[in-house]
Amino acid sequence: MPIEKFVKLTSTCVPLPVENVDTDQIIPARFLKATTREGFGAKLFYDWRYNPGGSPREDFVLNNTRYSGSILVAGKNFGSGSSREHAAWAISDYGFRVVVSSFFADIFKSNALNNGLLPVQVSEDFLAQLFEVIEKDPHNTITVDLENQTISIDSLQRSESFEISAYKKSCMLNGYDDIDYLVSKVAEIEKWEKADSVDA
Amino acid sequence: MSSNPKPKTIIEKIWDKHVVQAIDEETSVFYIDRHFIHEVTSPQAFTGLRNRGIKVARPHKTVATADHNIPTQDQHLTIHDELSRLQVNTLTKNCAENGIELYGLNHPYNGIVHVIGPELGITQPGMTIVCGDSHTSTHGAFGTIAFGIGTSEVEMVLASQCLILSKPKKMRINVEGKLGKGLKSKDIVLYIISQISASGATGYFVEFAGSAIRDLSMEARMTICNMSIEMGARGGLIAPDKTTFDYINGREMAPKGEEWEKALAYWKTLPSDSDAVFDKELHFDAGDIEPMITYGTNPGMGLGISKKIPSLDEVKPNAHPSFIKSLEYMGFAPGEPMLGKPVDYVFVGSCTNGRIEDLRAFAGFVMGKKKAENITAWIVPGSKQVEAQAKKEGLDAILREAGFELRQPGCSACLAMNEDKIPKGKYAVSTSNRNFEGRQGPGARTMLASPITAAAVAVTGRITDPRNFL
Repeated sequence: MPIEKFVKLTSTCVPLPVENVDTDQIIPARFLKATTREGFGAKLFYDWRYNPGGSPREDFVLNNTRYSGSILVAGKNFGSGSSREHAAWAISDYGFRVVVSSFFADIFKSNALNNGLLPVQVSEDFLAQLFEVIEKDPHNTITVDLENQTISIDSLQRSESFEISAYKKSCMLNGYDDIDYLVSKVAEIEKWEKADSVDA
Repeated sequence: MSSNPKPKTIIEKIWDKHVVQAIDEETSVFYIDRHFIHEVTSPQAFTGLRNRGIKVARPHKTVATADHNIPTQDQHLTIHDELSRLQVNTLTKNCAENGIELYGLNHPYNGIVHVIGPELGITQPGMTIVCGDSHTSTHGAFGTIAFGIGTSEVEMVLASQCLILSKPKKMRINVEGKLGKGLKSKDIVLYIISQISASGATGYFVEFAGSAIRDLSMEARMTICNMSIEMGARGGLIAPDKTTFDYINGREMAPKGEEWEKALAYWKTLPSDSDAVFDKELHFDAGDIEPMITYGTNPGMGLGISKKIPSLDEVKPNAHPSFIKSLEYMGFAPGEPMLGKPVDYVFVGSCTNGRIEDLRAFAGFVMGKKKAENITAWIVPGSKQVEAQAKKEGLDAILREAGFELRQPGCSACLAMNEDKIPKGKYAVSTSNRNFEGRQGPGARTMLASPITAAAVAVTGRITDPRNFL
């Protein structure tokens, strides 16, 4: 099952300048009872986005019409906590294709990449400037170029390069999926099990 | 010219033995020895397999339990919540269709996935273990590479018994010296996280070492490795030793006879070589640790129970917005002391502190005392076997006498997917692992602590130093 290809994207951004955004905030546990992958976008950041009665909280960025776009920009250590892939599903389903932060939790990063959602890790300094630029004028765009592994604040012509493993980069660029790859290796895995596995 | 083999850490020893094939310099096809699944993060993986027309590759290497969603009372009745019931039934159906062993609700081996794996002897040194649950790091206490994965990865393991992984960085955290009276391993791990932050070990597998770690029982070691994810680590582990071997020996799925001798000989080769090099090494003194409590909304926001919440000038200016947001949620002010704060709920349980030793510690403390009137307490064993053992030892009677009730096993109020939710605005002292906003119910305010500290709170109704009673 291919993931959506990602090559290059230019978009306005939605800023969430909060540090340590954990996956319980991205998608609270009570919404994990579904047995399908669809529809989590409606529950994204639910307890920050809605009042207990269900009305939108005006002070939350997703309810602020000033900001839109398919790039979420968040504070340091994004996606910590639970391994729930529902967090990546919710962010993708809402319409984001990129999350920018100065630091990502490991499991969230894997989950994002497995769903065609690109985590872009930038320096603290770049992130601070990005928040500033968006705050000043939400029409400012940024460009994420996966081929060249660069992220640019277009109006300032300021760029920074970002890291991604060569394997994952090729998966994202081509829309490949790990499962197809692993299934193609079944014979080698079986051979290895017989010869080298320490497990009975 | 011959040379000695390169010295290796325990992490490299286990890692290298599980690489099936290198894809490039950093990434490889990596073999998984044991896979645990539960009802919440597995249904979409089975659907994925069905859509691709793939069968489960090695059904006997996966073990299932229902734990996240289940009620902790009247488990013999139908699950009331329709969606929870559907998830549990879906797990039952998926396991039956694919020949996977399921320790479902009411099975004598049912319980929290990270409690039952070790207690059944499934978890053994040198293994690679995964589960769609971040607290899979718990199994590292046995000298395993164990870590949480997402649902796509659950599907990968079901499809191929492998994952595609990049080599981790290696950290060693040494804790030397003796723990003071009234302290538990929970205090050690909360202390470490408070020192290095909730992201201090992100990107690393961590070996916990030092005399204070070696002195711990297996249950206490599991508490430490369980919370390695709360410092951001991919996993945490402890080298296997006599304590480990004695714990495993004789358990249901442990190797027996000749197999045991063979396994033991292998396990003894696992500890890090004396000259092995870690990417990062940290040192702590157990004598510096006092009973810990958290005051904020991530596990790094913890302090010694006698200390005060940091004042604004003790917090880095760029962290002020997150710090203030966190304290506002908790209803606390910078610079306030924690001691004496009133508490509404006490939760003892979870994959962090729901084992028999935790129940013994709590029951031992409250024996002959009474639950404070303002406290609602939920004491939840980690598994059916823990529940049975507690009853055998008479802990349920001790608890009842003191005004507490032993419930039935499950994840319960740790993540509040079942009915066990802390109400909005209420304060809970919890032996679980996360104090995130809303973790124990929308608006719930969580303070993490050890079972001993939870017991001191349960009998006084406020944040209390357990050492006052010892």
